Amino acid sequence: MSIRPRFLATAAVALAAATALAGCASDTASSEAALTVTDPWVKTAATEDMMSAAFGTLVNTTDEDVTVVAATSDQYPALELHEVVDGAMQELGDGMVVPAGGELALEPGGFHIMVMELPEAIEPGDEVDFTLELADGSTVGFTATAKDFDGGNEEYHDSGSDDMEMEMDMSSDAPEAEPSH
Amino acid sequence: MGDTPRRGPSRRQLLLGGAAVGAGAAATLGAERAGLLPGTGPAADTTGVNGERIVPFHGARQAGVTSTPGAYATYVAFDLLESTDRDGMRAWLSLLSDDAARLTQGRGALADLEPELAVRPAGLTATFGLSREAVHRAGAAAPDWLRPLPAFPKIDALEDRWSGGDVVVLLHGDDPTSISHLLRMLVRDSRSFATVRWRQDGFRRAYGSDPHGTTMRNLFGQVDGTTTPRPEDAGFDAAVWAGPEAPAWLRGGTSLVLRRIAMNLETWDEVGVDGRENAIGRRLSDGAPLTGGTEHDDVDLEATDASGFTVVNPAAHVARARVEDPSSRIVRIGYNYDDPVEAGAVDTQGRPAVSNVGLLFGSWQRDVDAQYVPMQRRLAEADLLNTWTTPIGSGVWAIPPGCEEGGFVGETLFA
Repeated sequence: MSIRPRFLATAAVALAAATALAGCASDTASSEAALTVTDPWVKTAATEDMMSAAFGTLVNTTDEDVTVVAATSDQYPALELHEVVDGAMQELGDGMVVPAGGELALEPGGFHIMVMELPEAIEPGDEVDFTLELADGSTVGFTATAKDFDGGNEEYHDSGSDDMEMEMDMSSDAPEAEPSH
Repeated sequence: MGDTPRRGPSRRQLLLGGAAVGAGAAATLGAERAGLLPGTGPAADTTGVNGERIVPFHGARQAGVTSTPGAYATYVAFDLLESTDRDGMRAWLSLLSDDAARLTQGRGALADLEPELAVRPAGLTATFGLSREAVHRAGAAAPDWLRPLPAFPKIDALEDRWSGGDVVVLLHGDDPTSISHLLRMLVRDSRSFATVRWRQDGFRRAYGSDPHGTTMRNLFGQVDGTTTPRPEDAGFDAAVWAGPEAPAWLRGGTSLVLRRIAMNLETWDEVGVDGRENAIGRRLSDGAPLTGGTEHDDVDLEATDASGFTVVNPAAHVARARVEDPSSRIVRIGYNYDDPVEAGAVDTQGRPAVSNVGLLFGSWQRDVDAQYVPMQRRLAEADLLNTWTTPIGSGVWAIPPGCEEGGFVGETLFA
């Protein structure tokens, strides 16, 4: 029933991030970062799983709210910012707000970064680079460790079946679903 | 005078209580701890709280080798999946170290939905070991001694289910909940790389039961491990740490031998105190040598009694296990086990078994062939304790050096 907006992650952002963050492989990143990301991890998934999700804690080191408007990864072209509300997954059209001087936990059953297409599997122990795009146009990179994890499946179990079909349709429609390397 | 036997104790309690109040709270605590005041108030005793004690994970050595053994231990051994290649070994070992580095420091692991369990590590350590197969999968060369121990047919009754394993992890600490949680995270992160081959749990006295540094007792009641070198002792480093003779990846590491030794409490019951002390060569009461002194005094193997026999039986455990050269000694880490009796188990008289106990005999040494094997040969040949003990599990692993923050144990294999 709900309208699923298209991907927030655009190819242009993905390209920019890949260039800007080449060689960056730490938990936290970016010049004058308003945000740091601690304990990032991403759920392992086979290509046929079609989806995965990344988690961690966003820490706002400034005295103003920071809004994450998009996430990108050069390895995984289609990412969305999601929140699980009452067991159902919702895409966050307005982004994720990390309160001034505070934290926002991305965790199973709550906020997370949805990986919508899997041109290649995410294997345990893989290091996956992500970039967060903030409302002011700046970016924050982080590297998530891939972990086997049985939870975090709200998208399959708790949301309506038509939601799931729509997501699958969207991923199969996606033109840029090619291995990035 | 007129007190009935029933009133006596309660009156003594009152008197003691009064005295304790007069003498201050410390005396009350002491008396309560000593069990002199059953049922004394519900006030929480926080004097021995140690849940937040942290043993650093990172460093030149793996922490489980150098830190004081905790009250509880769990060994878990894994068999590698066929598909686990060099890259897989690197990814797996990296995940294991990441879990251990976080949970031993009181932080939740990645993807840990029970981080609340992490906040009381109580000295938790994790130590990783590799078999010859694991070293080869990682594409490195193994030292000669990295293989199963030679057979000791006079004593061994080894069972596969307690023996071998491509990778072993020893967790020890003072809190079984934190051990359980780390174990669970490690096993969960192993599913794509290996299967659990066996798990063995052991214990010593609980934290706070004995003063720090007290030698453990095994379930025969013996003081066990008196002469084992401690990290601060001269000779420890030379006995334990692999040097230039070892492959480069192992330098600064060591080896682990683990023997699961079943102890027959029923036949041990048939032996009096003299026979028990004769078997070990030490007093049961305090672990002192039968030739006198206190626990840490040297055993005099030459001392004779009035009839001209040596005081210490030449076949006693202390006589057979003795190693003169400190650098040739092994460093023992023992834990008792007391598992449920297995279905259908019988004792030596054919009756249903009533106990299933023993010792997880672990030892660290620089070179298994040079240090462990000669001693084990002597003990297998003659040791009065063999009458009541049976090795039922055995394994040998290389223990790589430690790692710094951002690294992982085993990274030297990939250098």
